[in-house]
Amino acid sequence: MRSLFPIAAVLAVLAVVPFVVHSNVTLNFLVVALMIALAGQGWNILGGYGGQYSFGHAAFFGTGAYVTAILQVRYGVNAWFGFAAGIAAAAALGGVLGALVFRSGLRGSYFALVTLAFAEVLRIIASVTPVTGAGVGILIQLDLGIRTLQFQSRAAFYWIILALVGVSLVIARLIERSRFGAWLMAVRENEDAARALGVDASTVKTVAMTISAAITAAAGCFYAQYFLFVDSGIAYGTWISVEALLTPIIGGVGTVFGPLLGALVVKTLGEGAKLLAGDAPGLDLIIYGAVLVLIIWIIPRGLIGGLANARKLLMRRTGPATSIGEARHG
Amino acid sequence: MAEPLLAVNDVTCRFGGLLAVNAASLAAQAGQITALIGPNGAGKTTLFSIISGFVRASQGSVYFAGQEVTGEPPHRLARRGIARTFQIVQPFVGLSVRENILVGAHLHHRKRDAALAAADQVGHDIGLGEMLDRPADALTVVGRKRLELARALATEPKLLLLDEVLAGLNPSEIRDIVPVIRDFCRRGITILMIEHVMQAVMSLAEHVFVLAEGRIIAQGSPAKVVADPLVVEAYLGRGAAAKLGAQHGS
Repeated sequence: MRSLFPIAAVLAVLAVVPFVVHSNVTLNFLVVALMIALAGQGWNILGGYGGQYSFGHAAFFGTGAYVTAILQVRYGVNAWFGFAAGIAAAAALGGVLGALVFRSGLRGSYFALVTLAFAEVLRIIASVTPVTGAGVGILIQLDLGIRTLQFQSRAAFYWIILALVGVSLVIARLIERSRFGAWLMAVRENEDAARALGVDASTVKTVAMTISAAITAAAGCFYAQYFLFVDSGIAYGTWISVEALLTPIIGGVGTVFGPLLGALVVKTLGEGAKLLAGDAPGLDLIIYGAVLVLIIWIIPRGLIGGLANARKLLMRRTGPATSIGEARHG
Repeated sequence: MAEPLLAVNDVTCRFGGLLAVNAASLAAQAGQITALIGPNGAGKTTLFSIISGFVRASQGSVYFAGQEVTGEPPHRLARRGIARTFQIVQPFVGLSVRENILVGAHLHHRKRDAALAAADQVGHDIGLGEMLDRPADALTVVGRKRLELARALATEPKLLLLDEVLAGLNPSEIRDIVPVIRDFCRRGITILMIEHVMQAVMSLAEHVFVLAEGRIIAQGSPAKVVADPLVVEAYLGRGAAAKLGAQHGS
């Protein structure tokens, strides 16, 4: 499994961070960034590899968060089981929604609009239903321990979210190298040509949406455990739909490391803009937005796509017979 | 005559008020090359789309290898062994040439290594061996036509539907591709081709069907069909056959 080596290397480097960095502020920043990377990797499976741009991945993030919280608070279910149930519930939701949407042939902007509307409907329902705590939200009682999946130290949460990101990276790599992945990318490139080659396009997309929902839901479950509070604006809010699609687009859609790189860059950018803007209200958001627009303008395929282009350009200039060309094949 | 591999019986297809195909029947004998010709707008591509499952026929039936397959979706027909190429080539432009062929090869090879080996083999057979690692959008027109053929061939079809693979190629490129098609036939793949390049039809096809305004107006050997006054009129207009005959006579 040589193709998994880069993932192992990246995870190993990131796993050491809590031994070096002791600042709670920095660790908190990294935990949130990794959580966004996880949500983004979920979006990337369907959007990046499958070409189906969802604007409503909040539906899965929120379902994961709510199911985890509700099962613990209202039914006294074990936190670990609640976590798994949150993922399973969102995966089922993704599968059903995918089957309905793809079988009725919705593509492109219609698919985006349906997912957006679906997440909004869930948000409104959650803001009025008693079981979700309606407008007040749900507070998970503080009860530190392994059984309750609550920890004093940020480092413990950091390693948990890093492990989840690691699993999502491996899933993305395995999909890339599988028959399912080849079919999924064929559907992204040209659905009719794929069907002519024996690809059952709507089933492939539905399976991708199920996996995608499960991964994004894991980020939602983690959110509930980490912040111990969920309400409709957080769980089903537009913010997470946007973060989930922004990170892979900035990092590189349809690449294994795109969402992780994108999340780190986007989050760093957000904090950097705040520092730069100082006390001027709203200025940080203007800087943040402008830089994101610039990135997409200069490298439409994202940071990883941009790096690949730069390497190609370098190779062309030096010729493929040089050591750079050989290093690429090595 | 033996039972044909593909039999299209009285297929009619309406798009609103437009009658695209009107009670057309045709058959492709196993192991042969059959051609479907006709003027522009005759309904040839629509008929192909019905056979390959992309368009539903309003009436009529399609039989493949003795079983009725009318209305089955394209991916299921591909699994049965019907592959098609598109008149307007449809490469997966974001993927390499090898990855393009791989999608077809995966139909019968679940494991990536086996599928890659099969894809490489097909790529070399079609003459894309040098290009396997290049992105598909770096290919020339001929290269894209070859890629279209390679992908279809990688699904290991019994019946290959070729929709104008020679269109847009210059004479020397046509000379390069014709032997490739003949080679498919030698491997036991039955071919049904839409083609406007008559020189290729004459040299390749054993049986020709002529479609005009949605109807099959003639069929038979290539030589017989081109001499048919009805066919000449379909291409050149009413009375053209008589005029041509008179000119030759004088």
